[in-house]
Amino acid sequence: MRFVQSIFTHPSGRIGGAIIALYLIIACLGAVGLMPHDPLMQYRIDRLHAPNTTYLMGTDLFGRDVLSRLMQGVGQSFTVAFFSVAIATLAGTVLGLTAAWFGKSWDAILMRLMDILLAFPAILLALLIVTIVGPGTSTSIMAIGIVYTPIFTRVVRGPALSLKERDFVDAARTFGSSRFYILTRHLLLNLVAPLTVQVTLALAWALLTEAGLSFLGLGTQPPASSLGLMLADSRNLMESAPWLMIFPAIVVMMSILGFNLLGDALRDILDPKTRRA
Amino acid sequence: MFPLVLLGVSVIVFVAIRLVPGDAITAMLGTEAGLLTPAQRAALDAYFGIDQPWPVQYWRWITGLFQGDFGISVTFGKPVLGVILERFPRTLELALLSMMIALSVGIPAGVYAATRNERPSDLIVRIAAMIGQSTPNFVVGLVIIYVLSAGFGVLPTMGAYTPFFENPLQNLSQMILPAITLGFAFAASVTRVSRSAMLDVLSDDYVRTARSKGSSERSVIWRHALPNALIPVVTLSGIEFGYLLGGAVIVEQIYALPGLGRMVLEAIQQRDYALVQGAVLFIALNFMIVNLLVDLAYVALDPRIRLESR
Repeated sequence: MRFVQSIFTHPSGRIGGAIIALYLIIACLGAVGLMPHDPLMQYRIDRLHAPNTTYLMGTDLFGRDVLSRLMQGVGQSFTVAFFSVAIATLAGTVLGLTAAWFGKSWDAILMRLMDILLAFPAILLALLIVTIVGPGTSTSIMAIGIVYTPIFTRVVRGPALSLKERDFVDAARTFGSSRFYILTRHLLLNLVAPLTVQVTLALAWALLTEAGLSFLGLGTQPPASSLGLMLADSRNLMESAPWLMIFPAIVVMMSILGFNLLGDALRDILDPKTRRA
Repeated sequence: MFPLVLLGVSVIVFVAIRLVPGDAITAMLGTEAGLLTPAQRAALDAYFGIDQPWPVQYWRWITGLFQGDFGISVTFGKPVLGVILERFPRTLELALLSMMIALSVGIPAGVYAATRNERPSDLIVRIAAMIGQSTPNFVVGLVIIYVLSAGFGVLPTMGAYTPFFENPLQNLSQMILPAITLGFAFAASVTRVSRSAMLDVLSDDYVRTARSKGSSERSVIWRHALPNALIPVVTLSGIEFGYLLGGAVIVEQIYALPGLGRMVLEAIQQRDYALVQGAVLFIALNFMIVNLLVDLAYVALDPRIRLESR
């Protein structure tokens, strides 16, 4: 409880938290279908209407309601971001912890493998994976998850290496604690703070990458909506129908801003030693 | 370390591109591929060296690399190395330009904010940097194009690319918008990092010493504090620059700029095995070289690192 309070006393945390909460509500509303219109319904007569009282953010080339499509798109982007970061966190934590604990050749092999993955530019690696498996929501999740796994592995391995040498770990060993218990109880719990910060910031990157992939047509497939796809579609119409670009642009930017702000606040709160920016 | 990582990259990209469904010959010829007789197809496969089993192909590719032979691109019908080296100067120029923009905006802004810690002007810089860092580059690109076309009725020059040494002005007019687009978020991160590094350094003892011996505020900030504050900025710019050398797929796509990133994207979609392999290996090598240079710059900037290792 104190932790939540401290987020709300931090200015960035308050703003970031509020933005993310708002997005989560929007995503949930979109998921249960509480939208002003059906995001896939084409109101042919009302094509390319500027924002008005019926269509609060206007309609697109096919007469679909931009607000409803945005709500669906937010849900889509958040789903991809959350699941991909969950995969990266889980994989990175397991790999990083075992690399630090077992050391020797296992550590060497794993970390070289992570170096190899890091030598690929993130978006190109994601592109390659998406082309192999074929575009779609689950592919985006997998691709982004794989791309960010090395970062989590490094974030976990570094501190885990130094924690491993601490007295309380030796003490736990003398008590006869099992390896699994020491790893999860003594190492992992002490890594929660850096991991939380990393997860929040990774969510911002994941949103960015997801939007980029779908902007290139390699993420969510039409007719389902996603923020990157809406922006890509707006390119040819931006002069006659600027609302098609402006609203998705603001929505994408604010979502990333929210996680960045929250991540900053968490870093200040959880990690006072490495206080930055 | 270098050769090991490169070897790993080469294996991964070699296998990955072959896992993409479809084959290069069909992708190259489209529907006409159906008209090929089996003999013609076999001849084409043999020409591009994709008739052999994977291990043989890989061995041929790797041994070829040492002789400067990256294979032949199926889409361009030219040697891969030539295609890459033709695109690379544009990507390099774009990366250099955006880094120049980022540093020339970011460092002064960061220093300014740090010297006015917690005052309104600091807050404004911080908010602007936060927003800048959170804006995807394709949003920046679209907004720039929109403002230019709707506000001024002009469109950025796209398509035909002029090399810098042929016509510098025209070249810059083509590159400046993509460079600003890429430099936007980059400048924001530089601002944030240089601000926090500067804040750390300004509270150090030697800065107080410099002040107490009567150095002017300007000399304290720019001569005493800044060089030490630059170390994290160098790290950040180096990593970012390394990534930019891999091509900025999305921005190149928006501005129809024929750089490395777009080339790789198209090569993947065309199943141009040799080109994807060569380009990814080239990009990974660049990335590692830049990282090495960053480490060297570290040593040059911070004498403590040099002395410690002795």
